[in-house]
Amino acid sequence: MLRLEPRQQASSTMRWLTPILAVAITMVMGGFLFAAMGKDPFEAIKIIFLDPFFHETFGPYSRSQLMVKAGPLILIATGLSIGFRAGVWNIGAEGQFVMGAIAGGAVGLALYPAEGIWVLPLMTIAGALGGMAWAMIPAFLKIKFNTNEILVSLMLVYVAYNFLAAMVTGPLKSPDGFGFPESRSFTSVDSTHLPMIYEPLGMHAGVMVALALVIAAYVMMERHLLGFQIRLTGESPRAAKFAGVNPAIIVAVTLGISGALAGMAGLFEVTGPAGKLTTNFPVGYGFTAIIVAFLGRLNPIGIVLAGLLMALTYIGGELAQLSLGIPAAAISVFQGMMLFFLLAVDVFVNYRLVWKKEVK
Amino acid sequence: MKFTTTLAAAAALALGLGGSAIAQTKAGFIYVGPVGDLGWSYEHDQGRQAVVEAFGDAVETTYVESVPEGADAERVMTQMALGGADIIFTTSFGYMDPTLNVAAKFPNVKFEHATGYKRADNVSTYSARFYEGRHVIGLIAGRMTESNTVGYIASFPIPEVVRGINAAYLAAKSVNPDVQFKVVWVYTWFDPGKEADAANALIEQGADVIMQHTDSPAAMTIAEEKGIFAFGQASDMMQFGPTARLSSIIDNWGPYYVERVKAVMDGTWASVDTWDGIAPGMVEIGEFSDRIPADVQAEAQAASDAIAAGTLHPFTGPINKQDGSVWLAAGETADDGTLAGMNFYVEGVEGELPN
Repeated sequence: MLRLEPRQQASSTMRWLTPILAVAITMVMGGFLFAAMGKDPFEAIKIIFLDPFFHETFGPYSRSQLMVKAGPLILIATGLSIGFRAGVWNIGAEGQFVMGAIAGGAVGLALYPAEGIWVLPLMTIAGALGGMAWAMIPAFLKIKFNTNEILVSLMLVYVAYNFLAAMVTGPLKSPDGFGFPESRSFTSVDSTHLPMIYEPLGMHAGVMVALALVIAAYVMMERHLLGFQIRLTGESPRAAKFAGVNPAIIVAVTLGISGALAGMAGLFEVTGPAGKLTTNFPVGYGFTAIIVAFLGRLNPIGIVLAGLLMALTYIGGELAQLSLGIPAAAISVFQGMMLFFLLAVDVFVNYRLVWKKEVK
Repeated sequence: MKFTTTLAAAAALALGLGGSAIAQTKAGFIYVGPVGDLGWSYEHDQGRQAVVEAFGDAVETTYVESVPEGADAERVMTQMALGGADIIFTTSFGYMDPTLNVAAKFPNVKFEHATGYKRADNVSTYSARFYEGRHVIGLIAGRMTESNTVGYIASFPIPEVVRGINAAYLAAKSVNPDVQFKVVWVYTWFDPGKEADAANALIEQGADVIMQHTDSPAAMTIAEEKGIFAFGQASDMMQFGPTARLSSIIDNWGPYYVERVKAVMDGTWASVDTWDGIAPGMVEIGEFSDRIPADVQAEAQAASDAIAAGTLHPFTGPINKQDGSVWLAAGETADDGTLAGMNFYVEGVEGELPN
């Protein structure tokens, strides 16, 4: 019978090749999927992966949208990866994203219509704190009662969605909105409008902050004692205990950081691309970022590339819908394949397939 | 020289063909749900197909489905406009600001936004008087409920939805003074899971007739399972509840889409605000089920005919607001402005409007 046997040592080259291999397999299998639907597979793959960069009509605009879409994914995934490396599974970044947007947005609305360049930084801090506070709930429950942070953080996403609905139909509702459930526009007031730094590449201030934090995270994880302790906790909790690492602190710190980054991403989303708080502004960045974190091998540089790749499939996927009429569901399947094949390839990097006769 | 002539002719031919390709009118459609939702987005896509049928090769249509309302919608619209669309139909309320933003960047592209209230020189708005349909199914619900409890799955507390609840309630109440409405807000247009949960919750609270203002047939499916009554919403939904379905409110966008695309072709397109109901056929009442007694069918048909003829307005006084204050005096009918901004329940509807 076929069995999986763990390899003594997984090849480190393979660990890095895995994502590339996964993308390649996705292209092939996705090609079959599109062909089965009667669409030209080569054309479809070209549209998804190349047209957003090079198409003469769409390219210039699509290029400017890549970072806008990748920015929040990268920011959230960077935070998540820190926790994941410690074995702390924050699945509720989506909720922290929403709470950050509400907290930061509320500060901006309370100050409305204040002018001054200090308004947006203040909102950003409030956004980070909002996201962090929401992540502290699963952290506290885990530390005090040893609850499962996966469940608690995930369930809190739905609480956050309903809190958002209550806020935009209540205290944060725009007085000029004819009763519709949305806040005032943040982009119509300069002091609360996330500035665009370099338009052709979609580099708004939030993207710049995200990239800066990616570097900070890299330095922390590789060069700082805290980063070492986080990695040690993930790789060998017992060794970490003997080394004097307090697991409660690691749980609080990693959940806190990932919550803060997700909250900040939420605030950047509502003061930039989304423009205001509505019940529809969260489109699942918090969940997609989990895929991005793993696709990027929980490594900051890898996450930047993975975030861009994910954004590419969204934007290219829309172009494929537009020009080839490929249904949205097929594009989602295509995106899902990427994670599926990553995990599948990972299995074979860590295990090998052996054929053994059953001994009776 | 002969070769050059041939070449020139070929070039002219190529140019000519190119010319006709440019003359082809491009229409883009953006849907909030999948075209397979068999409700709201499905009916808009039926409208798109009507355009294809009407103009054949003279028109090229494209669509993008399941586009979230917000930043993503703006990107998709921009890509459509860049792709050469002459007219873009944005078919959900939440596309309002993105439509306005993109329209400002592409002054030569015409935009048609469904159910919104903001217009511009190149942005029209259109909607249907769904409340006329709500009146008719409200009458049927009032007659058919045995527990005197009608469950209502509401999406967002915006005027369009509130208007539907009020219209259905007033109609039901007019034929059944004991009727009660229970409303659940799900804050989504399309989420079959949530819609089904809401339907189950309403049934547990005693509802034996369900109405919904969401896009999927989930509520109909649950009604069929639990052996209660429901109505098709946006689409007929007969196949999801062959026994549960009493009737339906069907959105028929085809004629409007054909007319607007034609206007672009003729160069006569202008920004307008369209709000059509049963009379022009934008709102259709689906066939009545045999389970509705003949006299009730006749009553509902008469109401539908009277609305179409303009002799009956679903909001005719005396009507009080929920807080007991007078809204419409006896015989007075609601004006479109008040209806468009309706943000209050009428007297008798229970619960608080999320506000």
